[in-house]
Amino acid sequence: MDAEIIRLKELAKNIRANIVEAIASIGVGHIGGCLSIADVLAVLYGKHMRYDPENPKMAGRDRLICSKGHAGPAVYSALAEVGFFPKEELKTLNKGGTRLPSHCDMNKTPGVDMTAGSLGQGLSAAVGAAIGSKLSKDGATIYAIIGDGESQEGQIWEAAMYAGSHHIDNLIVFTDYNKMQLDGTTAEINDLEPLTDKWRAFNFEVWNIPGNDVEAIDKAVTEAKAVSGKPKMIVLNTVKGKGVSFVEAAKVGSHSMSVSESDRERALKEIEGGC
Amino acid sequence: MEINEKTLMRDVFINFLREKMTSDPRVVVIDADLAKCAGTLALEKEFPDRALNVGIAEANMTGIAAGLATYGYIPFITSFAPFASRRIADQAMISVCYAKQNVKIVGTDPGIAAELNGGTHMPFEDVAIYRAIPDILIYEPTDAVEFAAALPQIFDYPKPVYIRMHRKNPPLVHEPGARFDLMKADVLKEGGDITFVATGLMVKTALDAAARLEDEGISAEVICCPVCKPLDTQTLVTSFRKTGCALTLENHNVNGGLGSAVAEAAAENCPVPMYRIGVREKFGEVGKADYLRKVYSLETSDAVAAAKRVLAVKN
Repeated sequence: MDAEIIRLKELAKNIRANIVEAIASIGVGHIGGCLSIADVLAVLYGKHMRYDPENPKMAGRDRLICSKGHAGPAVYSALAEVGFFPKEELKTLNKGGTRLPSHCDMNKTPGVDMTAGSLGQGLSAAVGAAIGSKLSKDGATIYAIIGDGESQEGQIWEAAMYAGSHHIDNLIVFTDYNKMQLDGTTAEINDLEPLTDKWRAFNFEVWNIPGNDVEAIDKAVTEAKAVSGKPKMIVLNTVKGKGVSFVEAAKVGSHSMSVSESDRERALKEIEGGC
Repeated sequence: MEINEKTLMRDVFINFLREKMTSDPRVVVIDADLAKCAGTLALEKEFPDRALNVGIAEANMTGIAAGLATYGYIPFITSFAPFASRRIADQAMISVCYAKQNVKIVGTDPGIAAELNGGTHMPFEDVAIYRAIPDILIYEPTDAVEFAAALPQIFDYPKPVYIRMHRKNPPLVHEPGARFDLMKADVLKEGGDITFVATGLMVKTALDAAARLEDEGISAEVICCPVCKPLDTQTLVTSFRKTGCALTLENHNVNGGLGSAVAEAAAENCPVPMYRIGVREKFGEVGKADYLRKVYSLETSDAVAAAKRVLAVKN
């Protein structure tokens, strides 16, 4: 394994530990869907995205819009890890007056590029930002992470149709396909399948990869950046709660769950021991 | 542009956008397959990069506008008023206003102006929706003169704005070249017995009703109130203190529109007997404006009768 992949895996591990620390500090949170995207966040913030923690609004920066806004703690965990604010601040998550609210808020958190939380809206904003980037010729790549359950929202497909038909090729979208949503599995509630066919039909270039494998994610992002003329969808086949056994075991129950002090210790030990 | 009785509001709108798009690269116009109606279709040819058409997808139009605004662009998005309000209520609330993005939302054909498109297209609730959202200014132009004066101020206003735009040429109530301050209600006619507060198409109705009452020795003060949020409470309360009663007139549901805003301001600052002329617990329906005014009791005679009832309560 080359040094870069080892570094990205270490970063993903740190992001996971930060997620656990943040959510444990308030005792409850959307831990399952946060842990499932730790790896893609590590690959983006650890390698592919152009940004400056000292200047979060830097012109020409690459942007990430986490449309599944309830994964805010995962995004904050990545931002703290790469220096946008002190890691200690993660413990203010969801406490009164915090800069780190449950759902992403661009006006509160340094490094957050769009407010999200009412599901389905972030992808449209990402399309708008991608158009803005093209108009201003700043050469940025706009990344968006959408949820699988979120993909049941009609607006996702409105945005997809426009991006595909207008060849918005500076847009790379990830689906966090952990196959679970609040009320059950996506298959039993409102099945997304055939998901990759849907995105291809909307004129996206599509990758279908193991979503908690930093090497596979890195490879897909590298390839996606090289494709022109089309927007890109990278379907991340993830595990909800990945990296913490009792969160994984909770399955659908991990959407939002309690994390006690003893849970915290157990989870941090597992993350530290894992790779 | 020179403005006269025949000038269409939408031409004022297009003329302004064309000038601004020429001089300011931040201006973007987005339509959702009603560009022919709004008149913005011509801009798509003149500014192919910055005049977009997303098709029949108003939610996506709003989100794309918000995303462009995060990049420093100033998008104007346009649709029929029902779709530029109730259809996109959540996107306008979250992606635009909560996210503090400077998007100008234009809803055309308000209330009875929807005429032959009928009940599905006849919004009597759009102002109520936007009044419930913090930090957005709500502007309903009165005539082409005022609209031309308002647009540069709306453009400079650094926050979201909802424009409730009649596309055609409602009668001019302002003299060409009249000065206009977006944040102030306009006292069009002074009077001492009752205050009329009106918006949009109903401003002319208020003036006509005031003229009729004048013949009967009743002196109505007529205030044109194109911005109901933030409301110019000071101008209204000053008038209420003088006249002691009020009548509001709007081409909108009385629940949540101008009448509600004025009643709330009066109740908190200077309670006076009042009545709200407007749509009461009814949906839109198809018909020409004259017919619809009868259906919803928006005629001059309705205003005259209501004013007399309010005066009776006061006295």
